[in-house]
Amino acid sequence: MKEPNIIVCAKQIPDPEAPFSNVTVDVENKEVIVDAPDVISPYDENALEAAIRIKEEMGGKITVLSMGKKVSDTVLRKSLAAGADSLILLEDPLFDRLQSQSVAYVLSRAVEKIGEYDLILTGRQAGDWDSGQMGLILGELLGIPSISLARSVKVQDGTLLVEKTVPVGYEVVEAALPAVVTVSNEVGELRYVARTKMLGLLRRPMVIPKWGTKELSLEAEKLKAVGLMELSPPADMRRDCVFIEGPTAEDMADKLFSVFKELQ
Amino acid sequence: MSEILLLVESKEGLLDNQTLELIGGGSNLGKDLGLDVSAVVVGHETSSLAESVASYGLKKIYRLEHPLLQGFQPDAWVGALEWLCKQITPKVLLISHSFIGKEVAPRLASRLNVELTTDCVSLKADPGDGLLVRSKPIYGGNAIAILKVEGTPQIVTVRKNAFQPMEPVATKSEIVEMVPSLDESIIRVKSLKTVEEEVVELDKANVVIAGGRGIAEQEDFEMLVALGKAMSKAHGNVMIGCSRPVVDKCWMSSDHQVGLTGSMIAPDAYIAIGISGAIQHLVGMIRSKKIISINTDAGCNMFKVSDYGVVADYKDILPALLKKMEE
Repeated sequence: MKEPNIIVCAKQIPDPEAPFSNVTVDVENKEVIVDAPDVISPYDENALEAAIRIKEEMGGKITVLSMGKKVSDTVLRKSLAAGADSLILLEDPLFDRLQSQSVAYVLSRAVEKIGEYDLILTGRQAGDWDSGQMGLILGELLGIPSISLARSVKVQDGTLLVEKTVPVGYEVVEAALPAVVTVSNEVGELRYVARTKMLGLLRRPMVIPKWGTKELSLEAEKLKAVGLMELSPPADMRRDCVFIEGPTAEDMADKLFSVFKELQ
Repeated sequence: MSEILLLVESKEGLLDNQTLELIGGGSNLGKDLGLDVSAVVVGHETSSLAESVASYGLKKIYRLEHPLLQGFQPDAWVGALEWLCKQITPKVLLISHSFIGKEVAPRLASRLNVELTTDCVSLKADPGDGLLVRSKPIYGGNAIAILKVEGTPQIVTVRKNAFQPMEPVATKSEIVEMVPSLDESIIRVKSLKTVEEEVVELDKANVVIAGGRGIAEQEDFEMLVALGKAMSKAHGNVMIGCSRPVVDKCWMSSDHQVGLTGSMIAPDAYIAIGISGAIQHLVGMIRSKKIISINTDAGCNMFKVSDYGVVADYKDILPALLKKMEE
């Protein structure tokens, strides 16, 4: 088979591992403010890792597509350092707070503009809204097969072979290319990118294409807002913690054991 | 007559509890919107499942019967549900936020050209415009978004425990058998085999002992297992859980993962060891009756939601605790 062209859809989000004390809800402006650096959404990193493994085995080309209002290319250059070949940013003021349907529409137009592709990989869900819809809708809009929750992705003799996580274990499925696969964390973490390599890439001048409504010839009426009426902080989860203290580990273990005994 | 339609799911051949919750929630929405509530059973040879759903006061049970619908084949299920929705044009479509629901709902919504909201924790009807007011946790549960979207059907997936399950009633619903027009060609993803693995069902545990990023070595989980064994004598079913970083390192399979993208559980006791308490983990275990944490960082979030805390290294505490329990 020829070397596959792989598109990875990756979203930039505030670090979802940030402690909740770093998150505030701005009720008035209906905005979540996270005091943490932006990262590539973790499942999208898993998708990129799956793409790089295919490329290592078969060759080919990886294009990372990322959409947002103010996408920072410094975050996304990590994907180039890890092994992607090119990066395309989908950026337009009109792309702010879109419905899932509309986001998938924009991505589908970008995929069509790229033209030649064999496989689209993306995370099973984004770590900010956790909607888990994008990959599956994209498959529908492009009219190609879609497979969700992949724990391994392989291309063999021109056919896509995926191990998909199911409640009883996993299912091995196959589909013709091109296809969309949503990737789960069982694939494994994105490989380590050396800091020097990252910095080298950051310094290198690079023209990263930015496509907006005009470049993608989008129909404005298909860009619908998410319909956010209100945003509220979550219910208070705090409990009064009794700290078990003692001079030695044995002493603390004794007290902890008494706590265990009181449990039903 | 337009109606509220909900998707029935079964577990080991029996009606799934999440479906009973959908019926409970759907019935209340039906009253508020003045709509009938019906259900759809998808599959092959599902008459006994349809019979059991017929005892919950629903208007109709649509039984979509086709050999291609045997088991769960996403392409066929989406095709059948699309076919039904185009026949009966429901006003509202309620689907569980389950393995099947998460797969079917986005594709179905796309085909019906409506916007889906996934993982809703509460739903209300706006009597003014007949739209659903959807509450959905975002940013791992750090905020609750309240959304309203135009379009018919109003389609959502609903999180476990969002509604009270429906109790059976004396009257029986009408069962309508339908054969959707489906053919082989719609199956584009072919299932080659399913490999069953030993899967832990954390929601069946009385006690969950969970390890997180703070666990230094994979072998250290043996201490958690040993503690579990010791506790099981007095506390019943004890299982080992973990937070997401442990699964990412491939130290444990994802069925052990507690949190937003793992299991959502409410055991009698949850013992968190080396877990800092990212909110996406907390939403999975916050309903535990008692929460006990061991962590070296006194300021970590896990202690803020705990009933008991030990600020210490698990490598010191666990051996001492095991020794004590053996005595």
